[in-house]
Parts: sequence; structure tokens; C-alpha cells
Amino acid sequence: MTNQKPETDTANKLQVRDLNFYYGKFHALKNNSLDVATHKVTAFIGPSGCGKSTLLRTFNRMYELYPGQHASGEVLLDGKNILSPGTDLFRLRARVGMVFQKPTPFPMSIYENIAFGIRLYERLSKSDMDERVESALQQSALWDEVKDKLRQSGMSLSGGQQQRLCIARAIAVSPEVVLLDEPASALDPISTLKIEELIYELKKNYTLVIVTHNMQQAARVSDYTAFMYLGELVEFGNTNQIFTNPSKKQTEDYITGRYG
Amino acid sequence: MPSFALDLRFALRTLRKGWWVTVVALVSLVVAIGGNATVFGLVWLFWILWTTFSAGFAAIDMSLFQQDTPAPGSEGGLANAIIGSLIMVGLATVIGTPIGVLAGTYLAEYGKKTRVAGFIRFFNDILLSAPSIIIGLFVYEVVVIQVGHFSALAGALALAVIMLPVIIRTTEEMLRLVPNALREAALALGAPRWKMISRVAYRAAVSGILTGILLSVARISGETAPLLFTALNNQFWSTDLMAPMANLPVVIFQFAMSPYEEWHALAWAGSLLITLSVLALSILARIFLRQSRMDH
Repeated sequence: MTNQKPETDTANKLQVRDLNFYYGKFHALKNNSLDVATHKVTAFIGPSGCGKSTLLRTFNRMYELYPGQHASGEVLLDGKNILSPGTDLFRLRARVGMVFQKPTPFPMSIYENIAFGIRLYERLSKSDMDERVESALQQSALWDEVKDKLRQSGMSLSGGQQQRLCIARAIAVSPEVVLLDEPASALDPISTLKIEELIYELKKNYTLVIVTHNMQQAARVSDYTAFMYLGELVEFGNTNQIFTNPSKKQTEDYITGRYG
Repeated sequence: MPSFALDLRFALRTLRKGWWVTVVALVSLVVAIGGNATVFGLVWLFWILWTTFSAGFAAIDMSLFQQDTPAPGSEGGLANAIIGSLIMVGLATVIGTPIGVLAGTYLAEYGKKTRVAGFIRFFNDILLSAPSIIIGLFVYEVVVIQVGHFSALAGALALAVIMLPVIIRTTEEMLRLVPNALREAALALGAPRWKMISRVAYRAAVSGILTGILLSVARISGETAPLLFTALNNQFWSTDLMAPMANLPVVIFQFAMSPYEEWHALAWAGSLLITLSVLALSILARIFLRQSRMDH
């Protein structure tokens, strides 16, 4: 397994070292190692079932929910291994937020959707809370569309708005890393474009990791790209280099659409 | 080969050749059988409803709600039975709902496919189909005999036991309909599991769970057997939970079998009251259910 480390002077927020993942007996990730650069967008691409979502879900230990799934190796967040048994999962998930493939607004008002996460960690006065909600909605470019209907159900929004609401909800708790699991795959092209613009904005403040099926999307939004195949990390490097001059034949075949 | 089998083969062959004839034959057969069965079922339903409504409305007046159940051969009302039924059904709901919702939550959110959950589900299904008289007998044995006398509390307990499996079942089913992505989203924010369940999963399933509770209330509001030897009956006004209490189903049961004209009329009035309240509960349940469909 040879991995090209991205040549960068920014520090690495996440470092994955010899990560193996198992669904029961099925070996889903094989000795993955890579670095996720701070305040950059890292994309995972590859055909369905290659393990890109699995890798993403180890970063906030989402797999803990399901007995029979376990990981070995190391995932270092600021140098601390989050896979170690002593990790405070609630604290970890406050630092590493996640947005899912299908928009998942909670069955409550737009305002409450955002306040829900904040209330888990902080007790704020009404006016402070209002401010936080507004700032989260501003950051996710949703404020202008919903400022007059904050009390309406989050489910009443369109699909693209719902997804931006979920992004707002995730960043409202001030995470350091935001994981995006195919955030635009259920959306129309215009909503997708908005999400992509948003990703570009968000990387100023957050470290982003995105899983996507859409290679153009990865090329457009990411700084680094990892190509995965059957649980192996085939190639990892600068997005430009991966898409214009891949060093592996497999990567080239996938990017040019020969399989996957 | 016997000629009948030959005839049958000939018929089948003809039908297969002319598929149009086959379709027409099948459709008219299905429509005829189905239509007749529907009409047959509906006739009985409307007959029952018609009898209840005509006889019931004839017996309803203000004294029904003001006077207690009368002695044989005199005028009276159902005030004590109405308040008794309300108290016991209310108490049963207060006892049964939290236990049922918690148990259903355990099955859907914690137990899932474990062996314990499997056992609970299995026994819950048995309880769901257990004849209500057996549950009455159980409470009689466990509560009435131990305490030494019939009581409204024992009646409410018996009703609560009947509600329980319905609430457990619907709570579990409704929580299972909540998409897993919603749970993951709440947990991904760092919410502890109990908070995810109480703030997000319950809210997504609330109308379904309420529907289940309403339907179980509708179910117990007409139950007679479990009250016969728990709450018994009371000819007088009583709100003492530790004493026998009047209630509509048992009053109907006793009055309908009596030889007195006035008692018959009261039994019809009681039947109408129960029918109307079950109808109201069902309509309410439908409204809740429609609301939950609009939410998703």
C-alpha cells in the first residue's frame, strides 16, 4: 500500500493510520492510511460499496450504533486516537459533525432544528440563542429564505433547503470537522450547485470531508481526493493531480468512466 | 378418462384460446362474489347500528345524566354508571399508557432483535389475543381475593392489562417507521440516546402512538367481562376507588337480561352512549393518523 501524502504546509486535522473495518466478518476497509488537511475539502470517490462511506463513518464513530461493526487501527483527531475506548463519544460528535445523504430535518420548527444541537452543550438566553440560530442559517446561506418562517416545520422546506438546514444544524454546535455523506445526491442540479458553493464557503472555518458518487463534484469542490476500490485506498493526492494525471491505471480507468 | 375431467379440459382449453372470454368470466366471478359478501356484511352492520340508534335515542333524556340506576320497576338514569366508566377507563389509561409506551420504546429502540425482546414480543402477542374474561379472572385472583372485596381499582387494573398489549404493539410499530437516518442525525450531533428518543423519535411518531392509545381506549370502553368480577357493579353513586363501582357495560349486561321495561330502555341508552364514544374515539384516531401522514 503506497500512499502519496498530500504536499501541503497546513497541519492535518485527521490522520488515519492502518485503519481496518469489519461488518461482522466482512472486511470492509483494508489498511487505509491518509491525512485530512485542516480547512480543506477532502473528497472520497469510488464505486458503490468501495468503503468510502464506511471510512467517513469511522471519523465520528457512527458505526458504534450497530453491534457487529468494529474498527481497528488509528484515527487521530488533532493527534488523539478517537478509536480508543476512552473517547467521549458525545464530545467527539460535537467536534465532528455530519450531514447525511437524504436530508434529515427533525420533525420540529426550523428554529428548533438548529437550537436542538446547541441546547445539548450550552444554556443560552433567548437572545443569544436567536443570534446563534441566525448565524448558523447565515453561514449555510439559508437565512434569507427562511427568516420569516422560523416557526414553520423544517419538513415544509424543499429538499435543497432541508439539506442546507441540516448543514446549518451541524455547524451550529461549532464543530471542527464536518463530514458530508453524499450531501447532494438526492438533490436537483440547482440545489446541488448551492450546496457546492456552500462547501466552498465553509472550508474557511471548518475542515470538510465529502463522500461523493459524482466525480465532477469531487473535482469542483475538493482540494484533495482519495480514490477507493474494494476497501483499499488506491490513490490519494491533490485533486488536480488525481483528475489530470493519476499515477495508477485503476484510478485513470475509473475517472475516465471505464468502470464503476 | 371420466367424462367430467374431459369436459373440464375442454372448458379450460376454450378459455385459454379466447383470453378475452377468460378475463370477462374471471372478473364477473370476482365482482359477484366480492360484491355479495360486502353487501351481506354491511347489512348486518347497519341493522345493528339502526337498532342501537333507534332504541337508544328513544331512551335518552336529561334524567339519564342526572339520576342513578333505578330499583326494579321505577324510573332512573345512568349517572353513576357513566361516571364510573369514565373513572375506570381514565385510571386504566393513566396506568396503561406509560407502561405500554415505555415497553414499546424498549422493543423498538433498545431490545430490537435480542432474545429478551423476542420473548416480550411473543408474550405480548399472546396477551393481545387473550380473551378478556381470562384477564378479569386473573385480576380477580391477584387483586380482588387478596384485598378481600371488589373495587374500582381492580376494574381499572384489568382494563389497563387489556390496553397494554395494544399500546406496546403500536408504539413499537410507529417508532419503527421513524427513519433510521433521523436517529443517526440526532446522535451525530452528540445527543445521548435517551434525548434522541424523547426529543426526535417520539416527536416523529407521536400521532401514531396517540392513535394507538385512542384505539386501545376505544377497545376497553366496551369491555364487560373483565369488570364483572373486579369492579362488579354498584346501584348507587360512588367514586370510592376501593369500593365496587357502577359502569356502563355491566349495567347494560344486567339490565338487558332483566324482565323490566325501564331497565331495557336504560340498557339501550347505555349501548348508544358506548357506541357514540367509540365512534368519537375512532374519528379522533383517524384525524391523528391523517396528521401523521401529512408530516412525513
